[in-house]
Amino acid sequence: MRFVMKRDYNEDIRLFRYRSTFFWYLALVAGCLMAPLVLDEYLLSQLTFVCMYSVATVGLMLLTGYTGQISMGHAAFFAIGAYTSAILTNHGVPFLMALVAAGFLAGLVGIVIGLPALRLSGLYLAIATMAFSFIVEEILARWESVTRGNMGMMVEPPSIGPLVFESETRYYYLSLVILILTIVAARNLLRSPTGRAMVAIRDSEVASQAMGISLAKFKTMAFAISAFFTGVGGSLYAHKLTFINPESFTILLSIELLAMVIVGGLGSIHGAVFGTAFIIFLPQIIIMTKDYMPKYLAEQTGLEPFIYGVMIMLFILFEPLGIYGRWRKTKFYFEMFPLYKKDTFRREKKYFKAERH
Amino acid sequence: MAFFEARDISISFGGLKALNRVSFQVEEGEVFSIIGPNGAGKTTIFNCINRYYTLDEGTFVFGGKDITRARPYAIAAKGIARTFQNIELFKNTTVLDNLLLGRHRHRKTSFLSEALFLPWVRKQELRNREKAEEVIDFLDLQAYRDQQVAGLPYGVQKTVELGRALATEPKLLLLDEPSSGMNMEEMEDLSYWITDIKEELGITILMVEHNMRLVRKVSDRVLAMDFGVVITQGETKEVLEHPDVLQAYLGEEGAATRS
Repeated sequence: MRFVMKRDYNEDIRLFRYRSTFFWYLALVAGCLMAPLVLDEYLLSQLTFVCMYSVATVGLMLLTGYTGQISMGHAAFFAIGAYTSAILTNHGVPFLMALVAAGFLAGLVGIVIGLPALRLSGLYLAIATMAFSFIVEEILARWESVTRGNMGMMVEPPSIGPLVFESETRYYYLSLVILILTIVAARNLLRSPTGRAMVAIRDSEVASQAMGISLAKFKTMAFAISAFFTGVGGSLYAHKLTFINPESFTILLSIELLAMVIVGGLGSIHGAVFGTAFIIFLPQIIIMTKDYMPKYLAEQTGLEPFIYGVMIMLFILFEPLGIYGRWRKTKFYFEMFPLYKKDTFRREKKYFKAERH
Repeated sequence: MAFFEARDISISFGGLKALNRVSFQVEEGEVFSIIGPNGAGKTTIFNCINRYYTLDEGTFVFGGKDITRARPYAIAAKGIARTFQNIELFKNTTVLDNLLLGRHRHRKTSFLSEALFLPWVRKQELRNREKAEEVIDFLDLQAYRDQQVAGLPYGVQKTVELGRALATEPKLLLLDEPSSGMNMEEMEDLSYWITDIKEELGITILMVEHNMRLVRKVSDRVLAMDFGVVITQGETKEVLEHPDVLQAYLGEEGAATRS
């Protein structure tokens, strides 16, 4: 067990609560930097996918996990980011500028979507954002003069000055750096008034207003910030695949992103990354375990979506706090050993299952 | 000119006149209580001040300005804080975070500077934290500082709500049945806090309350209402012993036996 003596308010504000936490994150970053030395090309590319999807899911987490606004339309923001970046770089705009522009355009559209979404919540918001996603998909397919329609378009590998990110390793580092910047920005927001206001809106709209929080302002802001990060993720995605077409950004992608944040654990940045890693590596795990499955099951079509669905259901039923919740409990168990009580988390779980969630 | 004034406020829900031409004035630095049986329209007044409902007629004047049409969040920005009858805390956060949320109206940073956590954001956070800590000291919440609100006893949650309202540094504090669900000891504390809030912090209090002991102890003036109309208002003692008030509370016979 750990007892902490606090002497300064800064100790509650800083990013890493204890010196050991800082050390562990440093070790994690070092580990990530070393990854290309150990992993083969294929696994490294999967890790790159984890990084760039995580940029998007951190964005979605801010909206769904922290502000409590569900979105089934994040594939659209992802697509807007991807296409903006692709079109701009194909016209000779430097990659970094295109990346930022992709985020900003997605954020701008986020504001436009956030405004009507102010009056909606829950299922209705899900349907409205889903409709938005369909509209964007349709525009991408039909606006052939700009997006080349269903033919899709080629995208150059990105470059910053003379540095071209064409090898797997270089692209991995690029995604990793952007992911780290995203996470730091998200954490900064969460420890300042904006982040608190977002959480307040999630927990009680009535009380937030009584505290002087403008629902209109902060909900739109949450939409915009979320869309910004998702757009940046989309931009990374486009340059990684070097080919995009509207079919990559269907409703399935929205659901996948949502699955990532739910499985990872709503209301935690760790969760967004854990969930993303889990969902991306899940197909690999399924393929690896296929050999051990009975034949009639392994050869069944639709096995993957089925396992996906079951996973999400199991998480919602038994671990609403997701992978991150599990992780915290395991950590707590060892910290408290041998004094661990099962009840510690029961109340929390009960609350999450109550009618407000 | 009065500090806070309600002029002929009326509102009806369907056919029910929840408030019918209610008028009252709250002077700066006093504790003004509103009493009345269930359904008299007391909380409705608060919800109208906070703009959760919109008045059909009448006006609210606060600090010489008409605030009848202000946006709900702007009410808090003008210095009116409130607590709720049924607790409306941010339950998934700690007591400290709830208090810090009370500081929201003093936010001066933009979200961009917050995303980068620039030095002045940190400075603002430290100042917020100091104010939150003052409230914690004032209400003896030290033991609960880092606890999740959802798991706290009802009485403590009530206190946290009061603390959150105080953290906004209001000029006018609206307390909606602050003592409901509290035990005797917590209520005793509450009565001292209310007096301290008035005398030490100089905050004017408008309170809806059912517990007559508390009303008698802390109020300067009282307004009694029933079925959306004012029965009487004036000095605490006068109102509490007014025959019409007794009748509204105890009924025809009760009033007769009392007198």
